[in-house]
Amino acid sequence: MNSSLTVKNLRTYFFVDEGIVKAVDGVDLTVGEAETVGVIGESGCGKSVMARSLLRLVVPPGEIVDGSAVLRRKDGSQVDIFSAPPSAEMLREIRGNEMSMVFQEPMTAFSPVHTVGFQISEMVAAHSRMSRKENREYVIDLLRRVGISNPAQRYDEYTYQLSGGMRQRAMIAMAISCSPKIIIADEPTTALDVTIQAQILDLMKELQRQNNMALVYITHDLGLVAENVDRVYVMYLGRVVEVGATRDIFVNPLHPYTQKLLQAVPRLAERQERLAAIEGTVPSALNPPAQCPFFSRCDKAMPGTCDRAIPALTTQAGREVRCFLYSQEQEATNDWQF
Amino acid sequence: MTGSSDGTGREPILKVRHLKRYFGSSKGLGGRSSASALRAVDDVSFDVMAGETLAVVGESGSGKTTLGRVIVRADRATDGEVWLKLADGTSLDLTKLEGRRLRAVRPNMHMVFQDPYSALEPRMTVQDIVMEPIIYNRLARGADALERARAALEMVGLQDRHMQLYPHAFSGGQRQRIGIARSLVCNPRLIVCDEAVSALDVSIQAQVLNLLQDMQGNLGLSYVFIAHNLAVVRHIAHRVAVMYVGKLVELSSTEQLFSRPRHPYTEALLSAIPEPDPDRKSARKVLRGETANPANPPSGCHFHPRCPYATDRCAAEVPALREVRPGQLAACHYAEDLNLQGV
Repeated sequence: MNSSLTVKNLRTYFFVDEGIVKAVDGVDLTVGEAETVGVIGESGCGKSVMARSLLRLVVPPGEIVDGSAVLRRKDGSQVDIFSAPPSAEMLREIRGNEMSMVFQEPMTAFSPVHTVGFQISEMVAAHSRMSRKENREYVIDLLRRVGISNPAQRYDEYTYQLSGGMRQRAMIAMAISCSPKIIIADEPTTALDVTIQAQILDLMKELQRQNNMALVYITHDLGLVAENVDRVYVMYLGRVVEVGATRDIFVNPLHPYTQKLLQAVPRLAERQERLAAIEGTVPSALNPPAQCPFFSRCDKAMPGTCDRAIPALTTQAGREVRCFLYSQEQEATNDWQF
Repeated sequence: MTGSSDGTGREPILKVRHLKRYFGSSKGLGGRSSASALRAVDDVSFDVMAGETLAVVGESGSGKTTLGRVIVRADRATDGEVWLKLADGTSLDLTKLEGRRLRAVRPNMHMVFQDPYSALEPRMTVQDIVMEPIIYNRLARGADALERARAALEMVGLQDRHMQLYPHAFSGGQRQRIGIARSLVCNPRLIVCDEAVSALDVSIQAQVLNLLQDMQGNLGLSYVFIAHNLAVVRHIAHRVAVMYVGKLVELSSTEQLFSRPRHPYTEALLSAIPEPDPDRKSARKVLRGETANPANPPSGCHFHPRCPYATDRCAAEVPALREVRPGQLAACHYAEDLNLQGV
């Protein structure tokens, strides 16, 4: 499979007074052409930091300390996003044009003092050579494509004049405006009502088909993932703990965390007497000990094994899982020097 | 039409009758006419039984939070009645109470809020936060109050060593436990949970839902559980009230509502929710458009511009909430005729 994006060993650390927060600690991620990938995990597992790292949007005290992210560009050439200096012209060419992002809260992602149309036009102008008139016509057509009624009027409105669903549509219009090969959607529907969420997900699917884009959903909503993505990455405490085809992960989860997570969700279709909660909380990523990240909450933990080393991500039954129950292989020690 | 029959023969602890809350009505300053008033809650009636969880669901702007606030008198009703049955068997209309008499019934009801980060005062210790309702309501003082706070915190799974800490030292799930301890400490009969688990992660959400169920089992509490997550509602609620633009459109036992909804809006809500089950590929009915503006709702049935089954009658005539079958009320002209899909 031709991959649009191949991330290897991404580490994004935050250097704070108390020590090092290892928000993302050695993540490998592959996104195939026109593939839909889901990254799931609870708050604090590093999924949003990972998404921002891919577009080089991490700011100090955060820093990408290791890894590579090879992107196949529109012209077929390959480029490592992480190798460029932060101010490189190449990054500006990529952002929005080759890879763009849909953020969770469109109210804060848009500027409140510029019109919606101006902000989308600005991005189009940065990556193309249309005249102002052509640009305006093009953006109005984009707004129409994402289902905004009366787009010529909406073009000149500010974000506060739009409803939450409309703002998210405008954000998607901006994300697709330069026909990128990859869209990273960080909790794109969390702030929306379910009926609007269904509209937005349908829209994303339709646009993906039209433009032959790859989509990466970063979310904690297991339902969204089950119904919309091809492959799932389950993250916990900065690491990927399980990767596999969506159906495999949901029908037969291997990692104890994935198992527990699926049991903890109340279902619409059946009524459980009692939910299987995961005791405790996600531990802090500040100076984490060299042990299985899920050790403190795992009911299958093997003391003496799981608290001695970090298990490696190994291939098991057609997918990858990071657990000593399946393989004794340990993760290579991180020799990154501070 | 009140929907008091839940089939168990239990006594209602809360009776809400024709409750209205309009914003910007002509009664106050500014003199806007009531025609332009925003009808956040518009003629809502229902009962909550002792030991029962009634869920109130709907999209943002449906009026569910306003309803909860009016019930606990965090907000005033424009019109209507809210009867709360007290431990001694008497019932009082909360909308008519003022001052000292209102204060005297306040311990009977409490609210748990959505965001456990902004709901707790950051400059008070956990102990003071949980003791505050006892002191305010003059139920106990000094060592007695402290002992009650300790007992409440113990019930929600927090220990002595937590009592002197400030909220910032706790995770979201622990903070929500503190909020629940605070709501329990006066031995209330009714707790209004306003999106109490929406801000929590799935694993923590399950902990808090289990805790709420345990508390109900141990203390016989009644909950008005305001939520937008129908999977959570299915798990915790005995009955469900569905709101759309200020009005109840369906009120039903949970099982009936999920297996056979009687209002097209309920069907659309159920259909819109993605399930964490890749084998369940249902034919999704995506609603057109967005929630109506409560300041200027559509004529007739407020839902008719988005309803796939709407007829001319729906635009002209407001449907009444009526009993479609035992234990299930719906406000739709065609509730009996439509064959709506559940889950």
